[in-house]
Amino acid sequence: MDSSAWFSLRLSLQVAFLATAMIVLVGVALAYLLAMQNFRGKELLDMFLTLPLVLPPTVTGYFLVIILGRRGSLGRPLYELTGWSVMFTWQAAVIASFVVALPLMIKTARAALESVDQNLINASYTLGHSKGETALRVILPLAKRGIIAGAVLSFARAMGEFGATLMLAGNIPGRTDTMPIAIYSMASSGEWSRSGAMVIFFTAVSGTFLYVANLYSRRTI
Amino acid sequence: MGISFSAQKKLSGFTLDASWEIGNELAVIFGYSGAGKSMTLQMIAGLLAPDEGKIVLGETDLFDSGQNVNVRPQKRSIGYVFQDLALFPHMTVGENIRYGGHGIDKYEQVQRCSELLGMFRIASLEGRLPSQISGGQKQRVALARALIRRPGALLLDEPFSALDMPVRFEMRTILKEVQRSFNIPVVLITHDADEALDIADRMIIYAEGRVMQAGSAEEIFAAPSCEGVLSLSRFIGKSGRHMPYLSRELCGSPT
Repeated sequence: MDSSAWFSLRLSLQVAFLATAMIVLVGVALAYLLAMQNFRGKELLDMFLTLPLVLPPTVTGYFLVIILGRRGSLGRPLYELTGWSVMFTWQAAVIASFVVALPLMIKTARAALESVDQNLINASYTLGHSKGETALRVILPLAKRGIIAGAVLSFARAMGEFGATLMLAGNIPGRTDTMPIAIYSMASSGEWSRSGAMVIFFTAVSGTFLYVANLYSRRTI
Repeated sequence: MGISFSAQKKLSGFTLDASWEIGNELAVIFGYSGAGKSMTLQMIAGLLAPDEGKIVLGETDLFDSGQNVNVRPQKRSIGYVFQDLALFPHMTVGENIRYGGHGIDKYEQVQRCSELLGMFRIASLEGRLPSQISGGQKQRVALARALIRRPGALLLDEPFSALDMPVRFEMRTILKEVQRSFNIPVVLITHDADEALDIADRMIIYAEGRVMQAGSAEEIFAAPSCEGVLSLSRFIGKSGRHMPYLSRELCGSPT
C-alpha cells in the first residue's frame, strides 16, 4: 500500500474511533431511554433514529447536507457565527458515520437492556438504590455484552461508511478520502491493483469485527 | 410496630380489595395463584401503587391515597425476597449481600455481611457467583441481602416453592429464627396449606382478591368463615391431594 492508501487507512480508523466513541455515549443513553422509560412518541423516536439503517446512505447524506450544509438549518448559523462549515472536512465524515452507525448501537443495546429481568431492577430499588445507581450497577453491567456487540458493529459500519460520507465530506484526496472512498476512486479510474490491497485489508478487518460482535452478543453471563 | 394494610386496585379482569393488620409476628398470606398475594407484597414494598388505600409500617405511613402519600420503594425500609430470589448474577454472594447495605458505611457493611454469612452458615460461599451455589444456599443469600439494612419488615414472595422438602423445612426453621431475632413483622406468601400451618403465627386467607379470613390457625379452623375455609382444614397434612379451589362462591360473603 502506498502513502495515499496509508493516509486513507489512518483517516478511516480515526473517523471510526471518534464516531464509535460518540455512538457509545449517545447510543447507550438513547437506548436506555427507549428501553426503560415510557413516554409519548417513544416508538416514533425509535423509528426516526433507526431510519438511517434502512435508508440509502445517499438519502441520509442528503438530509445531512440540508441540515449541516452552509445554507442548512444548523449549518448556516454555525457558518455565520464562526465562518466555518463542516462540509468537506474530515469531521463531516465522523458525523456521517455517527448518524449511519448509531442505529446499530441503539437496536442492539435496547434489546440487551430490555432483556434485563425486571425483578432484578425492583430488587435493587427495594435495597435502597436509586434509579441512577441501579442503572450503573445492575442494568448496564448486565447489558454489557449487548453494548459491546453494538459498539463493535457500529465501529465496523463506521469504517465502511461511503454514501453519506461522500455527500457530506466529499472526495478530497489527502483530506476526506476514507478507505471506502479511496477504493471507489481507484477502481473508477481503472487502478484495480492499487485498490485490491485495500479491499483485502477491509474485508479481513470487517470480518474479524463481525466475528467478535457475534461472540459477544451470543454469550450471556 | 406491625403492618396495617388496606388497598383497592382495579385491573382488567381482576380487583384487589383487601385489608388486614399484623404485629411483629410471622404472618402467612395463603391463597391460590391469582388471588392477589404477590400484588399485596408489591404494594407494601412500593413497587405497585393501589388505586386507593392506606399502608402503614409501625408509625410510618408508606401509602395513603387520602393524604397523597406514596413513599418510594428505596425509602421504605422493607426487606423483600422475590419468588425467583433476584440475586444479581454478575455479583458474588458477598457483593450481593453488601449491595443490600445501601446507606451503611463500608466498614459496617463488611461487619454485618460477615455476621449474616455466619448466621446463615454460608461463609464459605462469599466469593462464589449465584450460578455456582445450590437452591437452598441462594435462599439464604437472598435472605441475608434483604436483612443487612435491618429493615422494618420482611416480605417473602413464595421463595421456597421450588425447593426439595428437606431444604424447605430447614428454610422454615431459619425464617422463624429470623423473625424472633430481628423482631419485625414477616409476611410470607404461600399456596402450600401445610407450610402455612407449620409456621404461621397468623394466617391471612386470600381468594380472588379478597381476604376470606384472618387469625391464628386455631382461630380460623375453630370457626371457619365459610365452606371453602372449612374444607381446607380437612386437607391439611395430606399433600398431593387435590384441595378445593377457594372461590368467592364457595365462601359466600367474605369476612
